[in-house]
Amino acid sequence: MKFLNRKTVVLAALGASAILAGCEAPPPETIQNGYRGLQMQTNYNPRLLQASLEANVPPDPIPASAEGGPLAKDVYKNVQVLGNLTVNEFNRLMVALTNWVAPEQGCYYCHVSDGGFEEDGIYTKVTSRRMLQMTQDTNANWKDHVADTGITCYTCHRGNPVPEYVWVTDPGPGQPTALAPTGQNIAAASVAYSSLPYDPFTPFLLQDNDIRVIGDTVLPQGNRRSIKQAEWTYGLMMHMSDSLGVNCTYCHNSRSFYSWDQSPPQRTTAWYAIRHVRELNNDYVVPLTDILPDSRKGPLGDVYKVYCATCHQGAYKPLYGAPMVKDYPSLQGPIPEGGLAAKKAAEEAAAAASEGDTPPAQAKAEMPVVAEPEPAEAAASDEQAKAEPPAPAPEAAAEEEPAEATADAPVEQQPQQYPPRLQYPPPSMMRYPPAPLQYPPAPQTR
Amino acid sequence: MAEYQNIFTRVQVREPGYPGVDLPESSLPRLGKPVFPWFSYWIGKIGDAQIGPIYFGFAGIASLICGFIAIEIIGFNMLASVDWSPIQFVKNFFWLALEPPPPAYGLSIPPLGDGGWWLMAGFFLTASIILWWIRTYQRAIALGTGTHVAWAFAAAIFFYLTLGFIRPVLMGSWGEAVPFGIFPHLDWTAAISIRYGNFYYNPFHALSIAFLYGSAVLFAMHGGTILGVSRYGGDREIDQITSRGTAAERAMLFWRWTMGFNATMESIHRWAWWFAVLTVITAGIGILLTGTVVENWYLWGIKHGIVAPYPSEMTIQDPSLLQGVSQ
Repeated sequence: MKFLNRKTVVLAALGASAILAGCEAPPPETIQNGYRGLQMQTNYNPRLLQASLEANVPPDPIPASAEGGPLAKDVYKNVQVLGNLTVNEFNRLMVALTNWVAPEQGCYYCHVSDGGFEEDGIYTKVTSRRMLQMTQDTNANWKDHVADTGITCYTCHRGNPVPEYVWVTDPGPGQPTALAPTGQNIAAASVAYSSLPYDPFTPFLLQDNDIRVIGDTVLPQGNRRSIKQAEWTYGLMMHMSDSLGVNCTYCHNSRSFYSWDQSPPQRTTAWYAIRHVRELNNDYVVPLTDILPDSRKGPLGDVYKVYCATCHQGAYKPLYGAPMVKDYPSLQGPIPEGGLAAKKAAEEAAAAASEGDTPPAQAKAEMPVVAEPEPAEAAASDEQAKAEPPAPAPEAAAEEEPAEATADAPVEQQPQQYPPRLQYPPPSMMRYPPAPLQYPPAPQTR
Repeated sequence: MAEYQNIFTRVQVREPGYPGVDLPESSLPRLGKPVFPWFSYWIGKIGDAQIGPIYFGFAGIASLICGFIAIEIIGFNMLASVDWSPIQFVKNFFWLALEPPPPAYGLSIPPLGDGGWWLMAGFFLTASIILWWIRTYQRAIALGTGTHVAWAFAAAIFFYLTLGFIRPVLMGSWGEAVPFGIFPHLDWTAAISIRYGNFYYNPFHALSIAFLYGSAVLFAMHGGTILGVSRYGGDREIDQITSRGTAAERAMLFWRWTMGFNATMESIHRWAWWFAVLTVITAGIGILLTGTVVENWYLWGIKHGIVAPYPSEMTIQDPSLLQGVSQ
């Protein structure tokens, strides 16, 4: 045909290649993680995966210290957390810690240069003490999340005094006071450049708002979670997917996102991970607010906090599961009286007694104590607890209102009042009032 | 002749400008100085080269004004949401939105800055669309034609109203409605499917998709058929409805040979019209049922036996249900 002349063909080829240049070169690498034929798979670009593998290699461990010797608390002053280590172990950890956190700045990043090493006169020292406790707590009590791989300072810090990936409450773009902020609809890296709420961290990784939005009944039975609320959850999920470098189907069977009985086991880990990160932020990071300088805080004066990307940094397991902590027993948990030697002896005895059954049991037993102050989804369980005792009374409204009130209590209430602005999510977004249609009274939402 | 049969018209016929049929008795005379003949060479490449005359009329002018107001409200709200920065407005344009009121307001009238503008934009946009519908209806009557286009448009308006008005009212919250914005309305679409347990199992969603894709297939089949027989005069479709010629015979025989059945020169247009109209009608029903009478489409699918089972080797449990575990 005449119109298919050479110029047209060349132009068409140029156009097609310009469009294709935006694509990733095939073939992707695909890992199946569900029943066949369901597209339950993780897709990797081999080139990017290679780069990520090279970027996520832990440093070589420092040779183990000689055994025996005096304890650090007897030799050094003001050793509050690591006092039961021997001096050799203590110094080995300090060297490792310097390499992990402040390789350029050295010892005096956390120690006062003109005072003694025992001086607490610098915020970084107080902070790192708390961070050591956080690491020990994580490795000892959050095995549901970190398993025996555990974490070290390096998992997050990677040679930076401040981990590269941290978050603060995002006030969003400045807006005229006449507009109530919606917390979404900006191209935001935090949610993988979707227009979803760009700070899903404050409501879910600091506060304990309900993440679950999907109704688990066939017909409506009082689940008043709104579509907007679904977008907040969706934003958090985008962040998780982005930080772990995985698809939705890594943790969910996407045909039914809420169903646990169809989800891969990774979802359980992620469930604990959310609770874990929430606890880290509330128990370890936020209490440092008064100590940390403004350079470690966001525009609203809240400190840099932990989210999935802080440790994962694009890998489904941080450092692709390199078991770093096995070389640093002092980070595996709080150090008991008698030091690591005593701990090791106790572990061996326990293992002999009950065939290695102890660690998980121990973890389970300790966890409720740890997480007591701000139990996640307390709202949900409160609601249930409150909603059930007063016997399914005929008045749906009477039952629903107190339940609603308790459910919203931790989030802040009174949607009509703004200012105060900048509550994330705007509390009025999470639920909506009962519909004019008469629903059957809700026995329970979940 | 072969030269003429191309998606781009290669032979443009230039006649004196045609002002159209006489206006009905009751109409006001045409206003303004005629600009005919006004022909556009490039428009002529893809269609008729003659531009105009255009009819404004009361409904048309009112529709344009309402539409303009709606777009201004939406646009200025978007601009305000990036603190009046034109650069950020352009950079974030596809992400920006005017959101409906937070769900807690229910169906009350919220402050302007907290969803009130959305209500107002929605009002003017709806007014604009309905006025435009009136226009399509009136023009069809004025030209003495049937009102098929107007009713097809009405079906689309039903879907639009379902999304932005009827369902939110049934649910008791403006916050259930769709935001005005490019990506935000797409995120909303994903979110409503997730929130209500996967639209994949919503049979009206499935029907709507079938009609939508079916419309595309019918469009291709019909377009292809008529182009194929136009050398026998098949492009005179309307003539061929009542006075069937060799073009119609060949077109119909082609489909009977191919698949054993054929539409007729007339019925193919009814097929197409109904497919298009049912796309939006079924879509609207699917939205109407969501949240009002069905909470979780996946579970609904299980209840009615449309969910394919498959073996699950590793079954995990909801950790929040485990005893003795912190939440």
